[in-house]
Amino acid sequence: MQSKNTLRAGPDDSGHFGIFGGRYVAETLMPLILAVEKAYGEAKADPAFTAQLRQYLKTYVGRPSPLYFASRLTEAFGGAKIYLKREDLNHTGAHKVNNCVGQALLAKRMGKTRIIAETGAGQHGVATATVCALFGLDCVIYMGATDIERQAPNVYRMKLLGAEVKPVTAGAATLKDAMNDAMRDWVSHVDDTYYMIGTVAGPHPYPMMVRDFQTVIGEEAKAQILEAEGRLPDSLVACIGGGSNAMGLFHPFLDDSEVRIIGVEAAGHGLSSGQHAASLQGGRPGVLHGNRTYLLQTADGQITEAHSISAGLDYPGVGPEHAWLYDIGRVEYVSATDDQALEAFLLTTRLEGIIPALESSHAIAYAKTVAKGLGPEHVMVVSLSGRGDKDVATVAKALGAAGQTLAGDLS
Amino acid sequence: MSRIAARFAALKGAGRAGLVTFVTAGDPDAATAQAILDGLPAAGADLIELGMPFSDPMADGPAIQLASQRALAAGATLASTLDMVRRFRSKDAATPIILMGYYNPIYSHGVAAFCGEAAAAGVDGLIIVDLPPEEAEELAAPARAQGIDFIFLTAPTTDEARLPVVLRQASGFVYYVSITGVTGTASASQDAIASAVSRLRRHTSLPVAVGFGLKTARQVAEVAGVADAAVVGSAIVQRLAAGLDANGKAGPGLVDDVLGLVAELAAGLCSKPQGSLPQ
Repeated sequence: MQSKNTLRAGPDDSGHFGIFGGRYVAETLMPLILAVEKAYGEAKADPAFTAQLRQYLKTYVGRPSPLYFASRLTEAFGGAKIYLKREDLNHTGAHKVNNCVGQALLAKRMGKTRIIAETGAGQHGVATATVCALFGLDCVIYMGATDIERQAPNVYRMKLLGAEVKPVTAGAATLKDAMNDAMRDWVSHVDDTYYMIGTVAGPHPYPMMVRDFQTVIGEEAKAQILEAEGRLPDSLVACIGGGSNAMGLFHPFLDDSEVRIIGVEAAGHGLSSGQHAASLQGGRPGVLHGNRTYLLQTADGQITEAHSISAGLDYPGVGPEHAWLYDIGRVEYVSATDDQALEAFLLTTRLEGIIPALESSHAIAYAKTVAKGLGPEHVMVVSLSGRGDKDVATVAKALGAAGQTLAGDLS
Repeated sequence: MSRIAARFAALKGAGRAGLVTFVTAGDPDAATAQAILDGLPAAGADLIELGMPFSDPMADGPAIQLASQRALAAGATLASTLDMVRRFRSKDAATPIILMGYYNPIYSHGVAAFCGEAAAAGVDGLIIVDLPPEEAEELAAPARAQGIDFIFLTAPTTDEARLPVVLRQASGFVYYVSITGVTGTASASQDAIASAVSRLRRHTSLPVAVGFGLKTARQVAEVAGVADAAVVGSAIVQRLAAGLDANGKAGPGLVDDVLGLVAELAAGLCSKPQGSLPQ
């Protein structure tokens, strides 16, 4: 029985968070989505499924991931105590695998033999290819041709793992276009195929299910910060593309009203430049990829291309639960530019010996912006959602273009 | 009686199935698209599906994706699509026009405003691919209030238990998507189509149109043997694309080529001479 009102009860039975979410898919897919919802409901209620998932998270993914007090970043930022939730230390190097293990177990349970997925930065593609190798499932990854170029190491990793990587050339050839083609594949292979969506978006039940698989981040962080500080944090900060690492961290804290929760969107070249990926701050509600949410779009309702230096944030939409949390004001949504993310990337690398993903660098960049003003008593947990090895070529290119050289002997 | 109901009644009276043709509004440019649209009834189209261009046509194969891209690049908007219908309607009061596309441009425009403008322009029906019955009511109800039929898709994956859910809100006709796939790719077998249509008829008295994967006059004629109408889209759009020059502009003869294909497709249907229906 609920003892008080909660912000954690969504979505409703039809998959809506307020007006957001839902199931906006072609009729051919509707029965498949209903089957996923039914199977997930049964799995969630099955203690054997949960136990199996926990076991894989512990012994295969390497959970719990540490909560690390970043003393040198804290010192450099000159204010709030910065803790990093180290999702970069998971097997495959990002939070994505938490969800993939869960969905792969579900797909097996449903008797599916072929997995399809979309990927932007390649982190979800690598995590999907990894669990497919682990569980003996066929794997096809849709990836925009532009992203294939800027995330070459991850493409090769997927191929090594046995996945087929299908380049998508439509549109700007990034994540949005990859998701279109993944849905076209699913509608063409309805019997044997399971669509493993990588973020808290898409038709119901995906936003709910992916969130559930990612809330392990926030549950661990809550226990860890209580142990380290003896109290809840003052704030949580995470980057938002679709928003799965953020939702995973935020969700267990939604009812803790004393905790400020902040999502950082990618501002690209700046919110006023028109070249960004900030769907909440720069978009308006619409319907795409199976859900109603905030979207970047023209006045005539055509979806526009996002821009971010980080391929994983380069998407013109956002998960519907974030759209709802934005509308009701529980979560603050802010942004960081490409340049700010690059600066945070370099700082974290040099001060902490941690190369963060460019995605996660957006969260660190925002922490840098506000830490000083918050003062030394403020405890902040920042989601370090992935490692940045995949991004070194992008960073080298960006620094070269800016005429910058690295201090030390790398220039 | 609505134009859609009147047309199916007339087809029944003529003893034949209808041809439904799909073209994308504004493809490859406004003037060419209008010339094609205006010529469709005389070429043999009994009902017309007019595609509303969208940036992310997730249920469509490459042919219709490219048609959407061409139309958008040429400046097509929701307003220009309705303008096309208005101009068509000033010359043809009988041939039903069904707008087909995705929800976001309509939602963005405003559902109530759109339904009023569409009805005033002479639109008879809507097929919105990404609005299954679970989500359709917010558009279907105001559309019906304006006298616009909301036409639902059924698919091979729509089982017996689900079919009544889909058909409960259906009006105009029922569109059977004959393959599990995107538009313009594989084709279903004649047997599979026949058994699917007879299954549908056990659940509804609405006319049944069959589409996705029909490319040839022979396929159209076969479908006409079991269904009330056959829908051809990608094949027509591909014929249009074949008539574009190296710069993507309409070459001479493009309109005649497209309408010629429609006439070929229609020829397979006629048990009575073409033009026997009121235009």
